[in-house]
Amino acid sequence: MRVFDVLFYTWSALSRHRLRTILMLIAMMIGVAAIVVLTALGEGARRYVINEFATLGTNLVIVIPGKSETKGNTPSVFIGETPRDLTNDDASALLRIPGVKRVAPMVIGSATVSWRGVERESPILGSSHTLLQVRHWQMSSGHFLPHTDFDQATPVCVIGNTIKRELFGTTNPVGQWLRIGDRRFRVIGTLASEGRSIGLDVQDLVITPVASAQAIFNAPSLFRILVEAKSRDVIPFVIKQTTNIIKERHQGEEDVTIITQDAILSTFDKILSALTYAVAGIAAISLAVAGILIMNIMLISVSQRTAEIGLLKALGASEHKIVILFLAEATMLASLGALLGLVLGEVTNMIIRYIYPTFPAGAPLWAAIGAASIAMLTGLIFGAMPARRAARLNPIAALAHK
Amino acid sequence: MIELEGIDREFIVGDQTVHALQKINLTITPGEYLSIMGPSGSGKSTLLNVIGLLDRPTRGTYKLDSQEITALSDDELAITRQNKIGFIFQFFQLLPRLTAQENVELPMLLAGIDPHERSQRARTVMESLDILERASHRPDQLSGGQQQRVAIARATVMRPSVILADEPTGNLDRHSSGEVVAILEKLNQQGMSLIVVTHDPSIGHRATRQIRMVDGCIEQDG
Repeated sequence: MRVFDVLFYTWSALSRHRLRTILMLIAMMIGVAAIVVLTALGEGARRYVINEFATLGTNLVIVIPGKSETKGNTPSVFIGETPRDLTNDDASALLRIPGVKRVAPMVIGSATVSWRGVERESPILGSSHTLLQVRHWQMSSGHFLPHTDFDQATPVCVIGNTIKRELFGTTNPVGQWLRIGDRRFRVIGTLASEGRSIGLDVQDLVITPVASAQAIFNAPSLFRILVEAKSRDVIPFVIKQTTNIIKERHQGEEDVTIITQDAILSTFDKILSALTYAVAGIAAISLAVAGILIMNIMLISVSQRTAEIGLLKALGASEHKIVILFLAEATMLASLGALLGLVLGEVTNMIIRYIYPTFPAGAPLWAAIGAASIAMLTGLIFGAMPARRAARLNPIAALAHK
Repeated sequence: MIELEGIDREFIVGDQTVHALQKINLTITPGEYLSIMGPSGSGKSTLLNVIGLLDRPTRGTYKLDSQEITALSDDELAITRQNKIGFIFQFFQLLPRLTAQENVELPMLLAGIDPHERSQRARTVMESLDILERASHRPDQLSGGQQQRVAIARATVMRPSVILADEPTGNLDRHSSGEVVAILEKLNQQGMSLIVVTHDPSIGHRATRQIRMVDGCIEQDG
């Protein structure tokens, strides 16, 4: 038999039972589409998180006060107590490490912000002029914090979009005096950037020089120090030097935790990849269900077409050829279903991307190829039994079956 | 040349053994025209199936063109059936989803013959049977006589040496029966052996050699 003839014959059989074929194709299609869409969501989540981290800054080394005994990403945030504070002087000292490009100390707290009687509670971020570059933020008007020493408290601030809208409305905030707690600050710029980082909405922020924020909260300690290395290669050296310098400055105690973005990133990457695989596995179960449906349909097909099978045998078809014909039918069902499923899945992904443009939903190639091949494999596996049953039919009984 | 010697065919039905064929000795020379008659259950269809290689005898030897067929594998049997034997059935056994021509091409499709040659051979045979103008019709658009002619075309398109017809006119009116028998006899005159199983004496008595079966045995041969 020629391949084309097998396809023609199989197609003629499938198109005769249109409804049955369509239902079967839908079952297979849903299975494949489920894999494509679910892995796309998992993969999208992974890429989303990675993108979020990328906006945090590149080549970052983050110094957190406190040394944790167990491994974890943000220990001191939860533990709270630290033996020695991280100070502005510590931050300045880190600037002397070769290979460090920028250092941005950070203080975070919350305070009441008001302008002409309009008041709101807002997160206050104390930092330095370097933060703008470290975080890859954009200004929409005015300019960012002035170039000063970390210790110099200047009464100026930069505000995010939400603060600007809610406090100033249509008034241009640049040049206005804003009250933070019981101190007055002049607004020198507004941020254009959106999005969240370390759990804070950038648009909600009021950013002041680090010394000013320390004065507002009346605490000299830093929340953390962001150190930007000149390149990825020098990160290990910078970590080592940072540890040494802090240790030296803290009477020989290594009381800080140093994490790199890479470490966090790879952890998230691993977790979300595992999640994607798990979801793909769950979706693959629906393909097994579709496979059993194929088997069921093929068994019905064999029993309905006993006369045809008898005839084929009388016309000189060997058992082998009949197996091929029926396997081709099951495989054709499976692969057509898989093809439709890939299309449906990709269209769904496109719709998801259209509705949530920031969420990069896209099925990885392995998922699409895997789903299609599992579909065809189930067609073969679950088609094998009915095909063998067809081939073993007694031709005389089959022909008498009318 | 068909040579049957001491052929037995037994079926187990429940706990009973049914002897469908008992000690059949039969030789059919090329080009012979033979009818097999007898009451229902006399074993005539079983004999036809054994000759047509659809059924294996329980005992005895069967030589087709001096080849011992009881020793052949399933694949070899299928190929022998494909090349040497043409079947014609009471209910035509055309595939309803295929056109007349596609039905005629089916044995050639199974044999893997080139589509161009296939179409040519099918059309030649159909033309000789006067059904070429119905080539693109489906079986349900054809009369019974036409359907049987399509089936005859299908049975002969591989140029077999033997045609086995099981009640070929059993489902046709008198006029169509006459046509179909005439066609079969014409094919016989062209050299194909023709074996017809029938209930109908008016058909059976036309054969040059008539066999009567009763209870799995050949009762009368001549």
